[in-house]
Amino acid sequence: MTQEIAFAGLAVVLVGSALAVVLSKNLFHAVLWLALALTGTAGIFLQLDAEFLAAVQLLLYAGGIVTIVVFAIVVTERLVGERLTQTNMRIGGGALVAVVMFGFIASVLMRRPLPTSRPEMPGDLTRILGQAVLTRYVLPFEMLAVLMLVGMLGAMYFARPED
Amino acid sequence: MGLQPYLLLSAVIFSIGLFGVTTRRNTIGILLGIELMMNAVNINLVAFARYTAMASGMIFTLFTICITVAEAALGLAIVILLFRVRRTVMADHLDLLKG
Repeated sequence: MTQEIAFAGLAVVLVGSALAVVLSKNLFHAVLWLALALTGTAGIFLQLDAEFLAAVQLLLYAGGIVTIVVFAIVVTERLVGERLTQTNMRIGGGALVAVVMFGFIASVLMRRPLPTSRPEMPGDLTRILGQAVLTRYVLPFEMLAVLMLVGMLGAMYFARPED
Repeated sequence: MGLQPYLLLSAVIFSIGLFGVTTRRNTIGILLGIELMMNAVNINLVAFARYTAMASGMIFTLFTICITVAEAALGLAIVILLFRVRRTVMADHLDLLKG
């Protein structure tokens, strides 16, 4: 029972903050709402027994992305001297696309039999993750390291001072 | 509690992100919508992994999170570069490729 209540609370926070991300007029407020949404997702991960993923979510997403986006806003908005406002356009069309998308996904979900109870995980989840990353998934893991390096170099190249 | 509520929640967040991507005029706002959609996908992956007791989904989530961070960093670097060249980040002013 407590699980359902916790899920309902998290769901309300997530949906509310997600709506605020796409609707708020102030871009800076939108980023702060995104931070709340990402933190709520970390809560959902905790509820699904994935403590390690919740920590990664908080560190990388809520920490990293929000910092980068705030930096980008400061760079692109303050220089131009405009206010931080932003508007939406074609709200009707966008809402239609979103509602059709949700209806499609929900209709598929309703028709399929889905598991109603959780099976026991074989042992400590963090331990399983660590072992799988360094054995079966070691090649994608190493490629991820290369991707991060290339991404970092690319971002530094793009953002180099003008000469 | 079953798997269905998690999938429905993630579908709602995905649709909200899609709405943001299609309606925002500011490029950074569009990127925020993409982040929301990625987030919904992550919830889906973790929920399926938990309810099938297979860790593979969680490992994919780990990879998705890292790739999303790299994508956000590069996307925002492109936004900053665009701003330097065109002095705007509004998506409908960036129509250089329009014939």
